Amino acid sequence: MDWPALLLSLKLSAWTVVWLLPLGIVVARQIAWREFPGRAWVEAAVALPLVLPPTVLGYYLLSVFGGASPIGQAWQSAFGRPLAFSFEGLLLASILFNIPFAVQPMQRAFQAIPDEVREAAWCSGMSHWRTFCTIEFPLAWPGIVSALVLTFAHTMGEFGVVLMMGGNIPGETQTIAIAIYDRVQAFDERGAATMSSLLLAFSLVAIGVVYMFANRIGRRRG
Amino acid sequence: MGDQAGLQVSLHQAAPIPLAARLVCAGGELVALVGPSGSGKTTILRCIAGLTHPGEGVVSCAGEVWLDTARGIDLAPQQRLVGIVFQHYALFPHLSAHKNVVAAMAHVPEGERAGRARDLLQLVHLSGLEGRYPRQLSGGQQQRVALARALARDPAVLLLDEPFAAVDRVTRRRLQRELAQLRTRIRVPIILVTHDLDEARVLADRMVILSRGETLQDGPSAQVMAQPASAQVARLLDQNNLFEGRVLAQRPEQGKTLLAWLDYTLEVAYAPAFGVGDRVAWMIPPECVILHRRDRPSAGESENPVSGAIREYVPLGESTSITLQIGAPAGVPLAMSMVTHHARRNSLAVGDLVKVTLLASGIHLMPHAEVVAERAAQTPARPG
Repeated sequence: MDWPALLLSLKLSAWTVVWLLPLGIVVARQIAWREFPGRAWVEAAVALPLVLPPTVLGYYLLSVFGGASPIGQAWQSAFGRPLAFSFEGLLLASILFNIPFAVQPMQRAFQAIPDEVREAAWCSGMSHWRTFCTIEFPLAWPGIVSALVLTFAHTMGEFGVVLMMGGNIPGETQTIAIAIYDRVQAFDERGAATMSSLLLAFSLVAIGVVYMFANRIGRRRG
Repeated sequence: MGDQAGLQVSLHQAAPIPLAARLVCAGGELVALVGPSGSGKTTILRCIAGLTHPGEGVVSCAGEVWLDTARGIDLAPQQRLVGIVFQHYALFPHLSAHKNVVAAMAHVPEGERAGRARDLLQLVHLSGLEGRYPRQLSGGQQQRVALARALARDPAVLLLDEPFAAVDRVTRRRLQRELAQLRTRIRVPIILVTHDLDEARVLADRMVILSRGETLQDGPSAQVMAQPASAQVARLLDQNNLFEGRVLAQRPEQGKTLLAWLDYTLEVAYAPAFGVGDRVAWMIPPECVILHRRDRPSAGESENPVSGAIREYVPLGESTSITLQIGAPAGVPLAMSMVTHHARRNSLAVGDLVKVTLLASGIHLMPHAEVVAERAAQTPARPG
């Protein structure tokens, strides 16, 4: 069992969730309720990581954030280390790659709140912030939890983008999915089997939780 | 009616929904906005609440300006003291009835909210159900929670958007009675949106008739029903006995106007607005068409006697609806209604030839419009 790789994966997943919680809510609410020009393209951009091969996304991330790029060089001069092949670079890639997993369930949850319910809140004197805190968030909560669980689980299992953007540096950017690949390459069947079964169980529980919350939303609407 | 406690509304826009609406509602008054689907009733309500923003308009209530597009004033819904009951109530599904009401009490000191919410739920007859969630309440109970929540804000105006549309008939009657009782306890203007004419007539002090966003008539309910301003309003009020005639003579000294209709000369109440020779539209409510007794003619039957054949005979419980065919060959349909046992006693049947009186007091003249063309489009009968 490669404990450092497991811990790194957990840390990466946790930070991805921390970033995507507010970001996902902001984007999901906009797409759910606002009519604006180019909305379809924003939705397409959000969904893009679902269909794009991870290597393609990884390639573009390296091009934009790599050491030769202006952003990569600015990062290097500001923090004294490269963005690519570091934990921060890995986190950035993970956030971008998980946008659809975070945004889409939240978007569906916000869309399920009838316009009239929000309007009733405003007409009851609630500010937009109070409406969000006391009406929208509690009603969308199951969808938000689903989004976060999916994001967490998906980050745990992510392979392609992580390999492209992070490389395979043990203790720094080697996640559990990459460690499994390494073990198989090294004919360490037992090590690969232990970690694989762990990921399998984890993913199953995560998806189970998502469906549980989805059913709860369905019951509330019914 | 433009008193300090009242509501004044004036809205104009060409698109997306055309609006040309004016209405006023005094404190304690209940005004019904009546019109077919798509006539802009709900849009007007939303403009008052600040949920929809009209192209041009002024909304003021209790001496405060909520909207004045010319002066760049457009208060947010939170800043307008509006109590609104949505058609589907829009209760907060994750909050109990009590918390739904408390949610609208941000302006009340925290320690008083729970007690006041209980009082309001008691006012709408929901004591004992405070802890229930909306999904555990019937439609009528949900409507009551919505009303209590609307009142919780201590609104300057109460807006009701088809509040009785989603409940069964018995519940509707009960809720309507409760609203009538409630009016004695709150003195704010109340705007009721409805497409139900009976509901408007029973509950409202005044009716505003709307079509395509335009206010066509505004007046006391009974007056609007009996004296529509135009043939279009009469049609919206479901008045089927709508005909075309010509003014034959004016006899102000006798209080009479003579009207030519088909082969008949009708005497109607003096209508000075029309000149001799004018083409006019006219209507008569079905209950003002009186059957002559077939066995025993009486003196009152000299008033506008008209004869025709019974084309339709439909008993509907205690009342029977009869359509006569007046004139030949195709005939003009004239609707009348009478008590069912009275109809039976006269042993009426389809095809029978009968005589009726058109009560002069029930005949109402209106400016001639496209009444003929529109009637022709609606019925295969020859225009009247």
